[in-house]
Order: sequence, then C-alpha cells, then structure tokens
Amino acid sequence: MLDTRPRLGSDTQREAIIRVRGLEVGFGERTIMKDLDLDVYRGEILGFVGASGTGKSVLTRAVLGLIPKRAGTIEVFGENVDALSPASRKAIERRWGVLFQFGALFSSLSVKENVQVPMREYLHLSERLLDELAMLKIEMVGLKPDAADKLPSELSGGMIKRAALARALALDPEILFLDEPTSGLDPIGAGEFDDLIATLQRTLGLTVFMVTHDLDSLHTVCDRIAALGGGRIIAAGTIETMLASDHPWLKAYFHGKRARAVMASEA
Amino acid sequence: MATSDVVREPQLTIDQIGDELRATLAGRWTADQAPAVERCVADLLAAIGDERRIIFDLSSVERLDTLGAWVLDRTRHDLGASGHSADFVGARSEHHILLNEVAYRGFQPNPVVKRSWLIDFLSEVGQAVVAAGKDFAAGISFLGEVVIAMVRVATRPRRFRGPSLVHHLELIAFRGVPIIALISFLVGCIVAQQGIFQLRKFGATPFVVDLVGILTLREVGVLLTAIMVAGRSGSSFTAEIGSMKMREEIDALRVMGLDPIEVLIVPRLLALIIGLPLLAFLSDLAALYGGGLVAWIYGDVSPDVYLSRLRAAISLNTFLAGIIKAPFMALIIGLIASMEGLAVEGSAESLGRHVTSSVVKAIFMVIVVDGVFAMFFAAIRY
Repeated sequence: MLDTRPRLGSDTQREAIIRVRGLEVGFGERTIMKDLDLDVYRGEILGFVGASGTGKSVLTRAVLGLIPKRAGTIEVFGENVDALSPASRKAIERRWGVLFQFGALFSSLSVKENVQVPMREYLHLSERLLDELAMLKIEMVGLKPDAADKLPSELSGGMIKRAALARALALDPEILFLDEPTSGLDPIGAGEFDDLIATLQRTLGLTVFMVTHDLDSLHTVCDRIAALGGGRIIAAGTIETMLASDHPWLKAYFHGKRARAVMASEA
Repeated sequence: MATSDVVREPQLTIDQIGDELRATLAGRWTADQAPAVERCVADLLAAIGDERRIIFDLSSVERLDTLGAWVLDRTRHDLGASGHSADFVGARSEHHILLNEVAYRGFQPNPVVKRSWLIDFLSEVGQAVVAAGKDFAAGISFLGEVVIAMVRVATRPRRFRGPSLVHHLELIAFRGVPIIALISFLVGCIVAQQGIFQLRKFGATPFVVDLVGILTLREVGVLLTAIMVAGRSGSSFTAEIGSMKMREEIDALRVMGLDPIEVLIVPRLLALIIGLPLLAFLSDLAALYGGGLVAWIYGDVSPDVYLSRLRAAISLNTFLAGIIKAPFMALIIGLIASMEGLAVEGSAESLGRHVTSSVVKAIFMVIVVDGVFAMFFAAIRY
C-alpha cells in the first residue's frame, strides 16, 4: 500500500474484500459523508453502527452502486467498481447478496419464487433442483416449509426478514449485506438470526457487512465494528476497541443503560 | 487427478475395491456447475451394481456450496434408502459443517389437483357473476357510507377539509385544463371537417354549425371530459388510496378515530363533482372553437355566420342537457376509484389490477349513464 495515512482499523495482512477510499456522497446541497475510508476483510462479520440519519444505509447503497457518489473509489473483490464493464459488474453482483431493511420481497411472487428469481436468472438448474434448493434455503433460514407458497403480504415481519435472507443467500454469495437484520424481531428470534448468520458465515465462508443497532448482535457475532459519525468512520475495531474509545457518542452507545444490560447478561 | 491445473469442472472417478465402490470427487461442486454436478451423480448411480458400500472421498473437492452439498447428501440418502451404505470421507471441516447444515430432508411437493376444464370454466363464469353482483351491492353500500359521511360533514362544517378539496380541485380541474382543451379542440375540428365533407354533397354545408353545436354540447364535450378524467384522476385516486392501504395508512387513520371516507374520499369526490362540470364547460368551448375554425377554413363559413347560426341552433337547454350529466359522471368515477383503491391488497400486482379495473369500470359506467340520460331526455322531450 502506497498510502501512508494512518487509517482506522486498517490491517495490511488481511485481504480487503471491500475497500472504500475518500468516499463522498451527498444529495443536493447536503453532504452526507466526506473522505470516508473503510475496509471489510474477507471472512469477517463487520458490524456497522452509527446514530440514525448518519448515513449507514447511504454508505451501503453507495457500495452497492444504488446511489451515485461524488468522489472516491470503491473496490469490491479488488476491482474498482467504476472501471468495470457491464458484464464484469454483473459478475460481481452475482457474488453478493443483499438483505434490505424491509425485506424488499417481490410482492406478487411467493416466497419460493422470490428465492428462485436470482437462481433462474444466473444458474442452469433442473426444475427439481430449483425447487429443492429453494426449499433448502427456506429451511436453512428457519422458515417452515408451508411458508414457501405464501405471498409476502401473508408473512409476519420476522418471516419477511428470513425470507429475504433466503433470497439473499440464493446464489451462495461471498459477501452478504444486511441492513438491520434483527430489527423488528423478538429477542429469541434475533438471537437465532445471529446464530444463523454466524453458522452461514462459517460454512459458506461469507463476508458479512451488517448495519445494526442490536447490541447483542454486536457482542455475539461481529468480529469487528465500524462506527459512522459526522460523515466519516470515527472508529473501527473489535468490541474491546469500541468499549475503550473516548468518543462521546461511542461512550454513550457502548456504555449506556442498554449496553450495560447486555454486558451484565453476558458476564 | 494428477494435473496441476486448477480443476474447475466437478469430476468424479469411480474405483471398485472388492465389494466397495469408491467415488473420488474433485473440482468445484458449486451452483454455477449445476448441470455437470447432476451429470456426475447420474453417472455414479448408473455405475453402481450390487456393491453394498459406497464411499465418497471428498478430500480433493476444491469448492463446495449448498447446491453441491445438497446433491451429495441427497445421493447419499437415496443410496441408503435403496439398501446401500454410503459414507463421506476426507471432507474438510468447513465442508463437513456445510454437509450437516444441508442434511437431507424430503420436500413434499404440493399435490396438484386436476379438474376438468368444463368445470373450471363453469365455476369461473359463476364466480364472475357472483363477483359482479357483490360489486354492485358493495357500490350501493359504499354510496350510502359516502352520503352519511357527507351529511356528517355538512352538519359539522368545521370537520370539512377545505385545503384538501382545493388541492384536489387543482389536480383534477386546473392541471387537466391543457389536455382536455386540446383533445376537445381536436375532436371539434374533426367533427366539423367530417360534417362539412358529408354535408357538402347535399349543398348543406352551413348545417355543420348545428351538427357541431348540438353534438358537442349534448354529448361529446361531457363524455370526452368524463373519459379523460376517469383515466387521469380516477386512476390516480385508486393508486393513491391503494398504496395507502398497502402501507397501513388507512388503518392508521382508523385507529386515530378518523374516518378514511371522510378524510380521503369526501374531498376527492367533491373536487370531482365541482371540477368535472367546469372541465366539461371548457371542453364545450374548445370543441366549438375548433369546429368554428375548421368551418371557416375548410367550409367557408365565416365566423359571423358561424356565431349567428350557432345562436339559432342551440339554446340553453342544449347546454344544460350536457352539463347536467357531468356531476353524476363525476360521482360514478369517484366512487369506483375509491372502492377499487380500498380493495387493494398487499401486492404490487393487486395495485396494478385495481387501477386498471378502476379506469375500465369508470369509463364503462360513464357511457352507460350517458345512455340512460339520453333515453331520459328523449322521454321528457328535453
């Protein structure tokens, strides 16, 4: 690396699967983030925190290419996403799965058909395998088989999250983007969801980029945490680094009443 | 497997050792290789004779994903079910976890019920008739609810939502002015041109003024406007109310003790009832202007003659016979649009279906109402 600036949470030994440098994003007059650097390493679960409205979702969407950036570079799998041909961009999109905050399931398709959408598009599977694989993913995320033929409007909030995860996992992606995966789930469901993500991460060798406010998730499954504030990364590192930080927002976040409750229950 | 090249395709080598069959797997057993994966497994199943024991050697598998693991474990299970004993050896730890994670389980496909097409056809016809009947009943009951809400608003004028009415009036009437004026102008031109073309054969060109005047004021102006409004505003009402229904906004109104009909539908309906006659009047003007222009240019009827003949040909009741229909048509468009909007269910597809049926039903009913009025006016010689 030629860049000698000291960087928060950077680690030269490990392969950065997503590398964001000098990112600037804004809408109209408003600049949401400026000079933002972020690395996500292969095989880790990165928890991404920040106060509401600081642009966590904006950063995720910028990495996914859903909103334009004003400056900076984004490299995914070592390739600059701006310099890609449409074909190689498609190839990269095949290798990531996204769980949107509200599921974003296609409302006119059943859960099974939702899971099969990317499979039909990218894979050449026999009908039998297509069905079996979709059912497998649906079971892997903890849904009952009879949920497969339901429409998204017939599902509860937690089931929508799970179904959307099944769709995100349809192509066995290498990177999984999760936007608040456990919000709206009961604590037991959220815990199961965390375990599920950890298991999948181990078995499939996933890299997980998880925007979350769930302190339990941060404690139990995240290898590393990055905190966003004031349009840049204010800290990145393990939970210990976060707990040791002097930044007022981080102190409030990780030493607040809710955080203490989580710590107490773990001790 | 001695090649040092990267093995991409999944490969399967079968060795027979005594009564044991050893299947050595290599390459990528992943979803993008699905056809080859299935082929390999089919080859294996074909190669199995009366061996009791089958061993899958996974030590040189390069990559394994859920698809590969699923197919392997399914094969193992199938072999077990047919009296063989099948085992995996040499699996790397992460492959082992994956194989456990996808452990075979049967998925029962939903039974497909076969019925005769005749019964299907008859049942669909029956359902459509019942649905149409229910639609009609629901329409009447909805009209009742709207009337009650209007009476409630009328008795307590403070509950009336003035700003909402003005807003919708702007959207329906004011923003609709250019397109409705343009279309009516063009239709006026066309009616005049056709009239002149046909009447010229009889040397009766000046009668085109009577034709344009009566046709426009009695029928074309209001009908054209109603159809345009059904397409422009009816569809947007249905889409607005439908997406509010999808996002539970209607329920939110209800739990706050607000009546969705009073809040959402009464202002829209009133705006339609006020706006449509205004637009119909504008449409009359534009069509008469277009007709006059064509009569002048194409039929040599000078504007003076046009105006004086028009005055002789039409009277106030010609105009009223048209404009009286406008509020009724507005009511029908508004009721159908609101009902369809409230009938939207969770999916985007349902929204699209209801918007379509709102416009189709509204246009159909507008024409039916126009026909009823034509008969009524003929009967009372208006």
